[in-house]
Amino acid sequence: MGTLLLYKTILASAILVMSLVVAMYSTLIERKVAGFFQDRLGPNRAGPWGMFQPLADGIKLFFKEEFMPNTADKFLYILGPSLTMLIACLTSAVIPWGPDIIINGQPFSLQMADVNIGILYIFAIVSIGVYGIMIGGWASNNKYALLGAIRASSQMISYELAMSLSIIAIVMMTGSLSMRDIVEQQQGFNWNIWYQPLAFLIFLICAFAETNRSPFDLPECETELVGGYHTEYSSMKLGFYLFSEYINMFISGAVMATLFFGGYHFPFIDRLGLSPNAFAFVSFLVLFAKITFFGFIFMWVRWTLPRFRYDQLMRLGWKALIPLAILNVLITGVVILLNK
Amino acid sequence: MTGLTKRSKVVSNRKMSFWEKIYLPAILNGMWITAGHLFTKKVTIRYPEVKREFSEIYRGKHVLKRDDEGRERCTACGLCAVACPAEAIIMIAAERKPGEEHLYREEKYASTYEIDMLRCIFCGLCEEACPKEAIFLTKEIVRADYKRDKFIYGKDVLVEPMDPAKRIDVSKRQTPEVLEFKKDKDQKHNVQ
Repeated sequence: MGTLLLYKTILASAILVMSLVVAMYSTLIERKVAGFFQDRLGPNRAGPWGMFQPLADGIKLFFKEEFMPNTADKFLYILGPSLTMLIACLTSAVIPWGPDIIINGQPFSLQMADVNIGILYIFAIVSIGVYGIMIGGWASNNKYALLGAIRASSQMISYELAMSLSIIAIVMMTGSLSMRDIVEQQQGFNWNIWYQPLAFLIFLICAFAETNRSPFDLPECETELVGGYHTEYSSMKLGFYLFSEYINMFISGAVMATLFFGGYHFPFIDRLGLSPNAFAFVSFLVLFAKITFFGFIFMWVRWTLPRFRYDQLMRLGWKALIPLAILNVLITGVVILLNK
Repeated sequence: MTGLTKRSKVVSNRKMSFWEKIYLPAILNGMWITAGHLFTKKVTIRYPEVKREFSEIYRGKHVLKRDDEGRERCTACGLCAVACPAEAIIMIAAERKPGEEHLYREEKYASTYEIDMLRCIFCGLCEEACPKEAIFLTKEIVRADYKRDKFIYGKDVLVEPMDPAKRIDVSKRQTPEVLEFKKDKDQKHNVQ
């Protein structure tokens, strides 16, 4: 029992540190990728290829003036970014990062908690995420921040529906809500994406909206709303908002890889004859590569598509994605019944 | 009907087809285009390490030329100041004293010659106006500074050094016509 507790503590810290480091370097990679898409080089001054740029940014954010508007609700103003950051870090708990590793002949799972309602847990946590933005926007006592917060909450609520509906098809196929079961059913190349391309497309679009990424970045829409919900934030509180966006990106990449692209499975790596620990490590690298790929897609889309107009956003969510998701559920149900 | 410009486009309000309506082909096409930009040659010049070559006839900081014997060519006629559209040039003329023949080529010279680099627009009209080929624009750029009065460049900055090795080459800014003209010994000022 003691070893298990120790192991879980180490794993939790490792996952937390990993998400933070990945988020840190996503900011650099985002700027690098943005530069390359625009025929520039991106940051390349701080260290080789700008490797220390995230550190410089972090130090800058820490040492900036901590400004608080005097009409703001002090408690909520601080609660907003803290909540966003907390929620962003919580989601990674149910993601299976790889197959079991063996220490002293005992198997240990690379998943923090194999909750039997893993998917529901993720959706529950992501739904709380909107509170961070809403509270922050409300507490700032600024009309732009409030407008941004309103947009964020209505957008996230609309897209969460389509997102959950698209996942129902996956749940129907696997017959389980546990993330581990879903991954284990996608051995080799038997990925869910081949059976549920439509569900994946809907999920991908909703993931853009959920993480407030372009083309659905209306909540922070700098052309209309100054800075959206984080207009009044400065220093590390602003840093938390920006940072949690990148953690969310990383986690939604992980969720997409897990649900649709076989998680840590990849054809033929189980035939390499590796020792269990090396196999777990390679599998983890495979998952990480998939997440990186999705991160790149997020950035790629950001530098390709212009921002949606608000009514277009709502129409897409309610009139296109939700009916499509329901149709997908229906078709999946019919196919499952016919194959019985 | 022909448009006012060749760039005008005919706009139509036709209904979009199904494939256009779902946008996905267009989005993939757009992503293909942006992906192409990942592999293009980058236009960035890594400045302190790599410097962009200036044009041979770049119009930068001015120089007041000396002739081959090291005498100042400027005779303070004021034509450059008249030509200057930004009114950046101010000069005070003085008469050459006996014994100063090695310093100034003509009997009259500029005792002060100031160009306000904040006013100057680097158009090169002063150079064009100068009958003595005394003022030229060079490839050197005007340095930034914190104080406005630092930008008023006097003769100490503008006149080129006496040392022949440190002379500033302006041959690229002289047009072939000017070079031809300089060979014309009938013109009095061409005779050294």
